[in-house]
Amino acid sequence: MSHLPILSIVTFLPMVAGLFILLAGGDTRSRANTARWVALIATIADLAVAIYIWAQFDGSTAAFQFVERAQWLGGNITYHMGVDGISVLFVVLTALLMPFCILASWKSIETRVPEYMVAFLALQTLMIGVFCALDLVLFYVFFEGGLIPMFLIIGVWGGKRRVYASFKFFLYTLLGSVLMLLAILWMYLYSGTTDIETLLNTAHFPVAMQGFLWFAFFASFAVKMPMWPVHTWLPDAHVEAPTAGSVILAGILLKMGGYGFLRFSLPMFASASATFTPFIFVLSVVAIIYTSYVALAQEDMKKLIAYSSVAHMGFVTMGIFTFTHVGIEGGIYQMLSHGIVSGALFLCVGVIYDRMHTREIAAYGGLVARMPIYAACFMVFTLANVGLPGTSGFVGEFLTMLGAFHVNTWVAIFATTGIILSAAYMLYLYWRIIFGKLVKPSLMAIQDLTAREIAILAPLVIATIVMGVYPNFVFKITSASVEHLLDQNKQALALDHAPKLASIGKVSP
Amino acid sequence: MNISIDLAILAPELIVTIGAMALLLFGAIRGEKGIGLVSTLAIVVMAIAAWFVVMPLSSEARAFGGAFVIDDFARFAKLLILLGSAVTLLMAQDYFKAQGIDKFEFPVLVLLATTGMMLMVSASSFIGLYMGIELQSLALYVLAAFHRDSLRSTEAGLKYFVLGALSSGMMLYGISLIYGFTGTTDFAAIAHIVTASNVSVGLIFGIVFLISGLAFKISAVPFHMWSPDVYEGAPTPITAFFFMSPKVAAMILFVRAMLGPFPGAFHQWQQIVVAISVLSMVLGAFAAIGQSNIKRLMAYSSIGHMGYALLGLAAGTTQGVEGVLLYMLIYLVTNAGVFVCILAMRRHGEQVETIADLAGLARTQPKLAFAYSALMFSLAGIPPLAGFFAKFYVFMAAIGAGLYIPAIIGVLASVVGAFYYLRIVKLIYFDEPAPAFDMGLLGAKLGTILVGSGVFSVFFVVGAAPLVAAAANAAHALLP
Repeated sequence: MSHLPILSIVTFLPMVAGLFILLAGGDTRSRANTARWVALIATIADLAVAIYIWAQFDGSTAAFQFVERAQWLGGNITYHMGVDGISVLFVVLTALLMPFCILASWKSIETRVPEYMVAFLALQTLMIGVFCALDLVLFYVFFEGGLIPMFLIIGVWGGKRRVYASFKFFLYTLLGSVLMLLAILWMYLYSGTTDIETLLNTAHFPVAMQGFLWFAFFASFAVKMPMWPVHTWLPDAHVEAPTAGSVILAGILLKMGGYGFLRFSLPMFASASATFTPFIFVLSVVAIIYTSYVALAQEDMKKLIAYSSVAHMGFVTMGIFTFTHVGIEGGIYQMLSHGIVSGALFLCVGVIYDRMHTREIAAYGGLVARMPIYAACFMVFTLANVGLPGTSGFVGEFLTMLGAFHVNTWVAIFATTGIILSAAYMLYLYWRIIFGKLVKPSLMAIQDLTAREIAILAPLVIATIVMGVYPNFVFKITSASVEHLLDQNKQALALDHAPKLASIGKVSP
Repeated sequence: MNISIDLAILAPELIVTIGAMALLLFGAIRGEKGIGLVSTLAIVVMAIAAWFVVMPLSSEARAFGGAFVIDDFARFAKLLILLGSAVTLLMAQDYFKAQGIDKFEFPVLVLLATTGMMLMVSASSFIGLYMGIELQSLALYVLAAFHRDSLRSTEAGLKYFVLGALSSGMMLYGISLIYGFTGTTDFAAIAHIVTASNVSVGLIFGIVFLISGLAFKISAVPFHMWSPDVYEGAPTPITAFFFMSPKVAAMILFVRAMLGPFPGAFHQWQQIVVAISVLSMVLGAFAAIGQSNIKRLMAYSSIGHMGYALLGLAAGTTQGVEGVLLYMLIYLVTNAGVFVCILAMRRHGEQVETIADLAGLARTQPKLAFAYSALMFSLAGIPPLAGFFAKFYVFMAAIGAGLYIPAIIGVLASVVGAFYYLRIVKLIYFDEPAPAFDMGLLGAKLGTILVGSGVFSVFFVVGAAPLVAAAANAAHALLP
């Protein structure tokens, strides 16, 4: 284990770069340029650090690695950071998407560039912090803190209804999270610690309370995920956010909910999780089918992809709550894959939006004639979103359904229809935009991808295909931790069902 | 009983009192020319007093037959009060000069009010408590009407005086009932007499009246009606003063006046405090939504904040007291910054007060806008800003005391409250700019306060540990 506080570096490096941008002087133009370059360099450097962490990560153990610990608020609330197989790849995913976000905003953001870059860098720090935090209070601070920059990003640089969308986003997510805060406080007072590692290993909450605690955490994660029926903030936020904001929303912020279920709900509230499994299955299946139909009816490209995100997150929750190894691994894989694919889809939308300034599907058609490279990239992501074998989307969906088949055949059957529906709405979208005759006069002069845009999309195409054909490089990292998670879940369940005296005896060693 | 020892214990209060009297003479002799000097000297006096507060003779001492107590709890409170008062004087200097209501009586009145507040938080008998409150209140009534040629200011002063006198009367009536049913006014003696098994109806009546009076002083629901009017009418630096020291002093007095004499009647007064707290949180959140005047809006926001702080008192535990103290610390420092921002809202030499005037501030004055927004997010209680930790500790105390329902109502009210703070951020960042404010007034003094407050709000998350420890220490002094 290295002595360098590597996780603090990967977390706070963007924030430091943000401070640097704030302090930089000069006129508006030069400040904007400095901001762009500093942000790009900082995010790439951060990606390098994240890849280093990934390379150094030992996938054979489920223990937390690169652990840092320092005094913070006094008492047992400490600054405790560390990653295991479940969280480390999300750190990498966050660091991976950020340079693309900066590049995608290079030209399209022209007003208040320094503030924009600072907001993104601050957001990156808070997002990576969520995945690294090993203290509940620290986790909550990162988790909630992310609302502020995202609120500003949507509200300042968003579309027409940006004010409505930003308020809805902020208040919805805040409402979900405050109950979790009370649950965190209760857990602290009950067990005397907010240390996640300690809580995972030793804490055992009374079965009677678990339902409330589980529900409080669920309220927060379900809104963040988002699960049907609390998903309605997402289409608004997606549509109004600038391209890079949508990428981050879909790519990272939505994953915090799934991560939260894995980190807290399953191992800490095992009985409650088991009790609520049918409830989650129902919500997941409704999300998969209902939002797919809604997606089919959309006229706005971003809205369509937003609804498809809700449907795909349904697979994640379904997989996680199967309590099977394949289901959970599938859920994690689906989150990583969706992070890349949906991010890439939003970038694709951004490419034509920058040219035509409309997201109406009806305004396009026949783009393949003028934009062949674009059509090819878009196709890869479309098929990945459908879940075609050979793309990253297939692995996650297949594994989550495999897990579901083990547990509940009906759930799996309903979920399968979601794949068909996803093919329907994605191919229908692709057909309307790319194929057909190029007849609209406004599209006659449209240009294919520039070098900058190819630099953004090409690595994502490669990542999508690599993840589709060689998923093992992910499972190498996650497998041991998922196994450990299931063990913890089983032990906790056993403790919940054991008679009182026996449980006291078990805890002592 | 040795009078010189008593006086030594009282040193900080004596310094402020003598300073006030000396400055009054000095001001009367020098007239117009000495105004700036009086104000500066008043700050120096408070700094000296603060030095005597932190330099204790012993950790706990009593004077005048136990009527006056100095412990870490009182010390924590006194430092906050002195800080708030000094910041007020600093804020007011340039503003009053610009408004042409620059008078040397202002620093003197602030010093006298400060003396009253310092006596309040050290009171350990009802006589001491009442004398402290009245000294403070009389000075505050005059301050509210300080701009005597302004209709709004004199109206505010009169309203404050009439309603304040009513509440003092209620409190006094409560105290007399308590005295009647216990036979003493000393907190420790009452605590000895009142035990859970012998709480008489008459005593409960007394406590109810006492709480009503105290709730008026902190403007908690249902005794809050005066505060939006008074806060709107008073000159802005004086509104800032009302927001800071008197609120902190009254809240801390509230804590001592409940937990000192009445631990035995905890179950009786806890219900009342919970009700006041919940009502304040909810009303503060909802009523502020409709406000368009920033000072009125802040008045409702303050009502809400008092509700959150009272939740810590309702817990009745050491943790709860710690939560209240931290809450008041964070509340005071954050509001100092907010009022600098409000003072900076001037166009063509005139104060503007509607929140619509803030539109597009981020384009015209980005630094001010940044600070303003950070403070608003802090008041809304969004991590990682200081305001989050204020709420964090009182909610922790509430959960610890089993007050689940009030805590849930509280967090939900905080979401509603977030709406109107966000609305200000929205005006500042999202909207098209209104004409810029005059920047001349935001000189070095106000700038320092604003930067200090902003840095505190943003970096509290990093350096919280010593402040949390200090609050815990102070809480232990009150409730071992």
